[in-house]
Amino acid sequence: MLKNKVGVEISENVLKQYGYQPFAGTKIGHLISQRVAPAVHVMAGPSKVATSLADVVKNNVRDGMTISFHHHLREGDMVFNQVMQLIIDEGIKDLTLAPSSLTNVMNDMVIKAIKAGTVTHITSSGMRGSLGDAVSHGLLPNPVIFRSHGGRARAIETGKIKIDVAFLGVPNADEMGNANGMTGDAAFGSLGYALMDARYADKVVLLTDNIVDYPNTPASINQTQVDYVVKVDQVGDPDLIGSGATRFTKDPKELKIAQMVNSVITHSPYFKNGFSFQTGSGGAALAVTRYLRQAMIDQKIKASFALGGITKPTTDLLDEGLVKKVMDVQDFDKGAADSMHKNPAQQEIDSSWYADPFNKGAMVSKLDVVILSALQIDTDFNVNVLTGSDGVIRGAIGGHQDAATAKLTIISAPLVRGRLATIVPKMTSITTPGDSIDVVATELGIAINPARQDLVKQLSHIPGVPVYTIQELQQKAADIVGQPVPIQYIDRPVALAEYRDGTLIDVIHQVQE
Amino acid sequence: MGISKAALAGTLESSDIQITLSPAANGIQIELTSAVASQFGEQIKKVITQTLQSLGIDNVAVKAVDKGALDCVIKARTIAAGQRALGQKEPAWEVL
Amino acid sequence: MAETEERLRRTMMFVPGNNPAMLKDAGIYGADAIMFDLEDAVSLAEKDAARDLVYEALQTVDYGDAEKVVRVNGTDTPFYKDDVRAMVKAGIDVIRLPKTESAQMIQELEKDVAAAEKEFDRTAGSTHLMAAIESAKGVVNAVPIATASQRMIGIALSAEDYTTDLKTHRYPDGRELEYARNVILQAARAAGIAAFDTVFTDLDDEAGLQRETEYIHQLGFDGKSVINPRQISVINAVYAPTKREIQTAQMVMAAIDEAHEKGSGVIALNGQMVDRPVAMRAQRVIKLAKASHLIDEEGTFVEK
Repeated sequence: MLKNKVGVEISENVLKQYGYQPFAGTKIGHLISQRVAPAVHVMAGPSKVATSLADVVKNNVRDGMTISFHHHLREGDMVFNQVMQLIIDEGIKDLTLAPSSLTNVMNDMVIKAIKAGTVTHITSSGMRGSLGDAVSHGLLPNPVIFRSHGGRARAIETGKIKIDVAFLGVPNADEMGNANGMTGDAAFGSLGYALMDARYADKVVLLTDNIVDYPNTPASINQTQVDYVVKVDQVGDPDLIGSGATRFTKDPKELKIAQMVNSVITHSPYFKNGFSFQTGSGGAALAVTRYLRQAMIDQKIKASFALGGITKPTTDLLDEGLVKKVMDVQDFDKGAADSMHKNPAQQEIDSSWYADPFNKGAMVSKLDVVILSALQIDTDFNVNVLTGSDGVIRGAIGGHQDAATAKLTIISAPLVRGRLATIVPKMTSITTPGDSIDVVATELGIAINPARQDLVKQLSHIPGVPVYTIQELQQKAADIVGQPVPIQYIDRPVALAEYRDGTLIDVIHQVQE
Repeated sequence: MGISKAALAGTLESSDIQITLSPAANGIQIELTSAVASQFGEQIKKVITQTLQSLGIDNVAVKAVDKGALDCVIKARTIAAGQRALGQKEPAWEVL
Repeated sequence: MAETEERLRRTMMFVPGNNPAMLKDAGIYGADAIMFDLEDAVSLAEKDAARDLVYEALQTVDYGDAEKVVRVNGTDTPFYKDDVRAMVKAGIDVIRLPKTESAQMIQELEKDVAAAEKEFDRTAGSTHLMAAIESAKGVVNAVPIATASQRMIGIALSAEDYTTDLKTHRYPDGRELEYARNVILQAARAAGIAAFDTVFTDLDDEAGLQRETEYIHQLGFDGKSVINPRQISVINAVYAPTKREIQTAQMVMAAIDEAHEKGSGVIALNGQMVDRPVAMRAQRVIKLAKASHLIDEEGTFVEK
C-alpha cells in the first residue's frame, strides 16, 4: 500500500495491473506529450449517406473495439440506445464504451450490454441512477475509468483512449458529413465534446434526422473527418435535451448560498474589469449569475469571457455587453443553444481547448473565478462529485478537476442535504484535490482554504458572510445529522478516478449489500 | 402493552418520516424504508423503539418510510402515531 | 413591559408547525424572530402532530439568536391549553395569542402560562406574551390589551381577518389599514412594547413589499411579519440606518461615555443637552447598523 498526494491508500497491485502512477499534485509542468493520429479510410464521395444503420454497425464494429458517443443530447438522446441495440443484436463482445458521459436515458441499455458481454470496459465522465448502482455492486467485470472532460481530451490525444468507431448524433448534416449542433429539431448548440471524437476516431458515423443541402455551414464537424452519414427518424427529443426555459430558483436556501458565493466573488481581488468566470448549471449557480450581473452593472465591471457549460443567464450577459465572449463547450438550455447560432461572440470550443492539461494552453488556465458543486467535501478541502454518501456512484467529474485550477475556485454546497452532511471528515471518494479549492460556501457561511492566506485576509470581513474553519463547518453539519455508520466495502475496485493528468486520485470499491 | 387500532403520523415530504403502527404480538417489529438506511438505519430504528417504549408500547408492527428526517422529527412522528394508536388526546408530557 | 433591553424585531418569520424541512432550516435566514405556527398553517387533523414536532424541534435545532415565538391555537379551541403547556415546557420565548379582543384574554393566557411554568419547572415570568389583533373589537381594545400583562412584549396587526371583519379586503395602497395601524402603534408605544405590522402576501412583488415596509417604518413600527425568507433582506434594507444617522448616533454614544467617565450627570453634545430619547434613539441606530452589517463591533464602517 502506498499513499497518493491526497492520502488515498492504493495497492501496488492496482497501480501495476491498470498501469497507473499515483496522484502526486496539481502542477502539470512542462512535459512533452505525444499526440496520436487516426487511420484515414480514403474516399471522395459523391455521398456518404448510408441507407442502413444496421449495415454500418455490421461492417464496422468488431469484438474488442472501442466505440464512443457524445452526451450533448443529454436525457433526450435517441442515438445511443438505437446503436447499442444493433451492436448487441450483432452478438459483438468485449467492447470498450468510451462516451463523453452517460445520461440516465442510456442506463438500461448499458446494463443490458454489460449483461450480454457486449460491453466489458467503460470510460466516462460519470454515471448515475440504475447504472451507477449496478456498477457499484459489481456488474462490470473491469473497473470503470472516470476522466474529467479535459482528462478525456488528453487521453484521446495521447492514445490512451483509441476510438475505433464514433457514433455521433447531430441535428443537421449534409451528404458528405459537414455538420453543426445549432439548427434542426434536435439542436443543442455547441458540439464541444464530440469534436474530439470526430478528429481522433478511426471511423466517424454521423446520425442525423435532418440531411441538408451541400455544403452545410458553419461546419463544426467537417467532411474530412466523417466516414458515414446515416439518416434516422429522430436523434433527440427537444423537450428533454435542455432544461427548456431556465427558471431561477426560488428555494430560499439555494438563494442564500448564491448570495454567499456572489459576495465572495465581488469582494475578491479578481472582480475587476476583464475578469473571467465559469458558473455551470444548477439552481444556485444560475442565481449567482443573476446576482453577479447586478454587481457588474453597479460597479461598472465587464467580464472578458465566460467559459464552459453555458446557460441562458450567461448568454443574456453577452447580449447586454457585460461579458465580451462566451467560450462554449456545451449548452445546458435551449436559450444558450439558440444564442450560439445568432451571436458570433459565442465561440464553440472543443474539450481540449477548454480543459486539456497536456496542451499548449487550455482555457481553464486563463480562468479567474469558477463556481463548482460537490456531493461531499472533506476537512482538507478535497471534493467528491462521483460517489454518494452511501459509496454508490451517482455523479460525473465533468469539468470539475479542470476548472478547479482557476485562480478563485468556490465550491457552492448546502451544509446538509436531508439527513446527509456535505462536509465530512472522510468522503466516500476523492475527485478533486483540496489544493485546487479555495473557498467553500454554504448557507451558514464560508470556509477559506488556509493555504490561501491572501484570501483569508480579503474575505474575512464581508458583511453577512460569516467565516468558519472547514472543521467548524464539518462539526456543525455533524451536530445536525448525527453520526453515520461507515460504509462497508468489498475489496474489489469497481472504478478508478483519474486526475486530469492521468494519475490515479482514487479507487472506488464495490459496496457491500 | 400493545395497541388496539392502527394509526399513522408524518408525511412523505422531504425531511419527514411517515410512521404507521398496526397491532401485533411479537414485540416491536420495524420495517424501514430509507435512502440513508446504510448509514442511519440503526439510529432511526433505535429512536423509534425507545420512543414507543417510553409511551408504554412494546408490541407493535411499525412501517417507517423515511425521507431524510432528523432524530427530533422521528421522535415527534413516533409520539404522534403512538398516541393516536392509543387514543390519547393529552400530550405525553413525560415522553416529549 | 417584560424587557429591560430593547431587541430588534425587524422581521418575524412564519414557519408552518407541521413542516419538518422548514423547521430544520428556519434558523439560517437571519430573521430577528421566528414564529412557529400551530394555528392557521396546521389542519385540524394534524394539531397534535404539529405540537409534538415543534416541541422536539425546539429541543434540538439551533435557531441562533432569533427570538422564538409560537402562535398557539385560539382560546376557543380544544388545542389551546395543551399548546400553551407544551410550548412553555419547551422553553419558548414568546407565546402569540391569535384573535385577541380583550385584556381579559391576555390575563387568562398569563394565568395558564404561569401555571405551566410552575408545572414544568420553568423560571417564573420567563415566558413572554404577545397579542395578534385580528378584529375591530381588538383594535378598539388595543390599549388595554397592550397593557394587560407585565409579560407582554408586543402587539401585532393581522390584516387578513381584520379586513374581513371590516367588510373590506386588502388594497395595494393599504388605506383600509390606516386606522388600525396607527391605533396599534400608539397602544404599543404607550405600553412600551413592540409593534409588528402584518404580512405582505405577494411574494413576487418585491417593489410592493419595499413600499409597504417604507411606509410602516415611517409610522414607527418595529418590523413586519414575513411569510418567506426571501422577504427578510428587503425589510432589513429599509430598516438600515443611513451613514449620517450612524455618525450622529456614534457622537451621541461618545458623549454619553465621556460624561460617564467624568462622572457627570449632564450629557452634552455640541453644546446641546442629550436627553433620554436622544440617547435611546442613538442606541437603536447603532444596534440596527450592526445588524445591517454597516459597522463592525468596534463601530468602524464596513467597506461594502
